[in-house]
Amino acid sequence: MSTVPVLPLHMRRDGFGPAAELSAGRDAEGVIRIDTMFGAEAWLVTRFEDVRTVLSHPELYSNALVPPFRPSSASRAGEEEAAEIRAGNLIGSDPPEHTRLRRMLTPEFTVRRMRRLEPRIREIVDEHLDAMEKSGPPADLVTDFALPVPSLVICELLGVPYSDRAGFQETSRRMLDVSLPPEERAAADVQARRYIAELTAAMHDDPGEDLLGMLIREHGDDLTTAELAGIGSLLLIAGHETTSNMLALGTLALMEHPGQLALLRDEPDRMEAAIEELLRWLSIVHTGMFKVTTTEVRLGGRTIGPGELVICSLPAANRDPALVPDPEDLDLARGAIGHLAFGHGVHHCLGAPLARMEMRIAFPALLRRFPGLRLAGDPVYRSFSAVHGLSTMPVAW
Amino acid sequence: MSAPKTGTPRVRADRDVCIGAGLCVMTAEEVFDQDDDGLVVLVTPDPAPETETAVRKAVRNCPSGALSLAEG
Repeated sequence: MSTVPVLPLHMRRDGFGPAAELSAGRDAEGVIRIDTMFGAEAWLVTRFEDVRTVLSHPELYSNALVPPFRPSSASRAGEEEAAEIRAGNLIGSDPPEHTRLRRMLTPEFTVRRMRRLEPRIREIVDEHLDAMEKSGPPADLVTDFALPVPSLVICELLGVPYSDRAGFQETSRRMLDVSLPPEERAAADVQARRYIAELTAAMHDDPGEDLLGMLIREHGDDLTTAELAGIGSLLLIAGHETTSNMLALGTLALMEHPGQLALLRDEPDRMEAAIEELLRWLSIVHTGMFKVTTTEVRLGGRTIGPGELVICSLPAANRDPALVPDPEDLDLARGAIGHLAFGHGVHHCLGAPLARMEMRIAFPALLRRFPGLRLAGDPVYRSFSAVHGLSTMPVAW
Repeated sequence: MSAPKTGTPRVRADRDVCIGAGLCVMTAEEVFDQDDDGLVVLVTPDPAPETETAVRKAVRNCPSGALSLAEG
């Protein structure tokens, strides 16, 4: 038997932005009762201030108390595997447990630390542009540039062999594909963790200078093997599924706004603001994690009882007229920190400084190298992924 | 009549709450820095008047709520 799953409201898009019915729900209701893909109902939070409120209060909206949505695999494997899947999962934990893990990682993602990576990121970007230029046109911007650049960067940062990419890129794609049966996604999760566990087991005698080596050296006594594997696999997935989709979708968005693209090419100083506006306008992560209310809360004029599921729509919140006027317009000049594309609160994206750095290098380099960059076929959106993006984007120059 | 301006409010940074996102450093690097652990360090608790707008933005956008202003 096979049924075509229905895309839930919080994952629906019209092209770049949230689907019309999602924006309409934000303007009319704000906090909306929705069906989820695993049978339960949830409250979808869509307005900017309400989303900020939810994300600012982990003591009221818990990431850790969410029951596993993988009933088949959880019941089959029992507590042990469920615990293995939770270990080291920063985005599925609350303070103080979350704080303990996050504090181990913050030194690796400071603004200063990112600046040290800059020369190597430039090199990686240039190498991929060279290869595109040599073998094309045409090229697929996703597979030739947008995916491999952040993938190689995160591999080097973590200490994961890039030569293993065929395996982990496919695993992470399956973990994020909500059209797959839950047990298949859970299996991909376990596979990703085992991969990192094997890798770190081999590192123990002589941990390197990379992030996984640092965790073993400095926190080896405080971290279980399962926690180390969980942290590593989360960072590996997060590191290439996000910047990658920003680079491809962002380039497409710029090509559809040629006037603003020309301005950006002529005045590269505008790049930092442009990236913030692209982050806001694209909001590629549809939602944060599901949360469970720990007590009765008031939110957006509603009273929500304890034990209810809550989820926040980032694209709806980032296109709330309460955040910026004419929120549906892409206006690169007005971009500023303050949007919710990286989330908010204690789970604010750990890799945000890395993502910004990668975009600040990759976008201008791409635009300089191929001033005549244009579509050479229809780009294809991927619709059942937890991260919005393109599966292919044929380009020529 | 509005009350007379008494200068830029003093900034407080709670390092127990900080998650090291670094947005404050990106927003107002004259006032905020990160130590080797990634946690916020105040360059000065009394920001110069010309940095007030940036400081207010940094406080408002701080993801963890570690920053606050001691408004008179």
